[in-house]
Amino acid sequence: MDKKLEIIVQALQDTFGVTFEEFRGEVHVFVKVENIIEALTLLRDKYDFELLSALTAIDFWPQTSPRFHVIYQLTSLARNLSLQLRVVLEDGEPHIPTATGVYEVANWRERELRDMFGIVPDGHPDLRILLLPEGWEDKHPLRKEFPLGYEEVQFTFNVDEINARKHFAKD
Amino acid sequence: MSQLQEVSVDKFKHLVSERALTGETMLLNMGPQHPSTHGVLRLLLELDGETIINCIPDIGYLHTGIEKNIEAKTYLKAEVMSDRLDYMNNLGNNLAYCMAVEKLVDLDVPERAQTLRVILAELERINSHLVWLGSFGLDLAAMSVFLYCFREREMILDIKELIGGQRMMTTYIRPGGLWRDVPVEFETAVRNFLKIMPKRIDEYEALMTKNPVFLDRLVGIGILEPAVALQYGVTGPMLRASGVNWDLRKVRPYMGYEQYDFHVPVRSEGDTYARYIVRIEEMRESLKIIEQALDKLPLGPVRSDNRKFVPPPRSELGVSMEALIHHFKLWTEGFPAPDGSVYQAVESPRGELGVLLAGDGGAKPRRCHWRTPSFDNLSVLPKIVKGHLVADLVAILAAVDIVLGDIDR
Amino acid sequence: MGVEQKLGNMGVVTTTLETVVNWSRTNAMWPMLFGLACCAIEMMAAQASHFDMSRFGMELMRASPRQSDLMIVAGRLSKKMAPALRLLYDQMPEPKWVIAMGDCASCTGVFNNYALVQGVDEIVPVDVYVAGCPPRPEALIHGVVTLYEKVNGQKLAEAVKA
Repeated sequence: MDKKLEIIVQALQDTFGVTFEEFRGEVHVFVKVENIIEALTLLRDKYDFELLSALTAIDFWPQTSPRFHVIYQLTSLARNLSLQLRVVLEDGEPHIPTATGVYEVANWRERELRDMFGIVPDGHPDLRILLLPEGWEDKHPLRKEFPLGYEEVQFTFNVDEINARKHFAKD
Repeated sequence: MSQLQEVSVDKFKHLVSERALTGETMLLNMGPQHPSTHGVLRLLLELDGETIINCIPDIGYLHTGIEKNIEAKTYLKAEVMSDRLDYMNNLGNNLAYCMAVEKLVDLDVPERAQTLRVILAELERINSHLVWLGSFGLDLAAMSVFLYCFREREMILDIKELIGGQRMMTTYIRPGGLWRDVPVEFETAVRNFLKIMPKRIDEYEALMTKNPVFLDRLVGIGILEPAVALQYGVTGPMLRASGVNWDLRKVRPYMGYEQYDFHVPVRSEGDTYARYIVRIEEMRESLKIIEQALDKLPLGPVRSDNRKFVPPPRSELGVSMEALIHHFKLWTEGFPAPDGSVYQAVESPRGELGVLLAGDGGAKPRRCHWRTPSFDNLSVLPKIVKGHLVADLVAILAAVDIVLGDIDR
Repeated sequence: MGVEQKLGNMGVVTTTLETVVNWSRTNAMWPMLFGLACCAIEMMAAQASHFDMSRFGMELMRASPRQSDLMIVAGRLSKKMAPALRLLYDQMPEPKWVIAMGDCASCTGVFNNYALVQGVDEIVPVDVYVAGCPPRPEALIHGVVTLYEKVNGQKLAEAVKA
């Protein structure tokens, strides 16, 4: 691990008792869900992580406990460092505190997170649906159990049969 | 199929001013079909006369489900999705995806492939900026710029067609290197382009840079402060036009960008005109990089010979049993990647393009998230259009350089 | 021009009404300025200097559906966009035609998933499908010429009945 990053991870460990893993030179710090806002604020104010590059989640289904990792990819321009914070969540309708107070960019990213994974950001100022059409509230496409939605492939032998039940538009 | 629904103002109550509720200000829909929204973007504007009080972007009209679709494919096959994501920067997306895969499975890329990747990525950057400049001109009612830019764009597309056989979606950059080596005509074609292009950029500048109509419409419009830009996650030329010198090619060099001598154009004004200047300068810098890369282009293989991850070249299939087996296995089953996740970012023409790729130990990715620059660059729009006229919104939106495929994924 | 017969230099042309109507329809067919995704860029390229679709009477892209005759669905159609597309189609005046440009518009191409309408023929009736991902501008022009052939073959009696 980078010397500069080591100090920061050490500080996070001292303050919040976090654990961390390293994979391919990247540092993933696991933060408890109740500490995440404080951790983000600390990193932004004290360690110059000005940019929240990405905010997303990974679904570990069929594993249900824990099921989701919410990922906060942080970038520091002043120190040229990257750090990934992770929050581990259980199955069901998990909640995270909103990070919009720390980074404005979290606004749309968290709306996307709710659309796609059903992870609800508490205290979000504008929790409307973002990417999906109206009426998709309780289905979350990026959860693993959501089907891809596959259309049958038409071959010579079944082209007529499928065309017969396909819905074609009228004038 | 869902029907179009009438939306009442109650849904947006927290986003508009109180005067909208009494009907004192007007709510106006712009999009999803509008010539200057660069695709299917819908903007809900609250107007006091011509002045914008609030702007609420509504995205998702091009939501394609690419991230879900990638999870259903093997690492090699999922790459075709990346071309179609940000359709102005096809090779750049390939590059980001391939670098993420290479990082995940720990794969090296030969030097010739790295240099060629740089050339192609920079060509694509010029291509993207040309389309941007053309449509920027159109939005500001300068039709001829559009025709000029598309003339040069055809030259780049001809080069892409020469190497990959397709005009846009070549999927030429593959995990471990390139699809195949470039043909011998490649160097002549690129050199010819390098010879012509600087003069052509001068032509565009002669049309636009000091044009008084242009200056009136651009200078001092849509000012973005650097601190606000960082809060909203803005990257790329937009951030550099606000005075923050942050270019991943410089600060975190990948693919050997540290060997090339180029500077990163930065302007401190933060207005629409600065964004225009930064992009024009970037085109010139890209030409410099291409020239240097072409001069030093080494000979050698263009893909890794690690047969666990990289399919053997076509020529080997007829003579080697082993090659045939590898080819068959890699294209049907795919290769297993470790259970872990990597985040790889590259500098796309619009900003930081990041790929978060998570493997699950099998042949298909567990998750592939695209951190797309347009998404965050657009989210700052409501902030910077406040108080401007509707006509300025068109200029500001054009200068943000959004690609809807990049936003909605 | 479908001239059947020229009478000396009297400046008189005789032809059928059908031919005149179809001729005028095909030689000034204005497409709607409506791009969805990747194919829209190739549609722009087809309009621009290198390919110049105005050779086929198409130099005007109308931004409003009420002024256009032809809808080129250029790109993938998401489920959120589908009602808006149908609304645009309904707003176009008769006679109107639709070209499904590209694989995504024809059958969603490489994307076979929850978010997209599997072919725009589920939403609007399509006259010509243009294959390719994205189709080359030449392919689009070929699609347009194919549509002209179709329009030229149209009988007035059918149009009246419809």
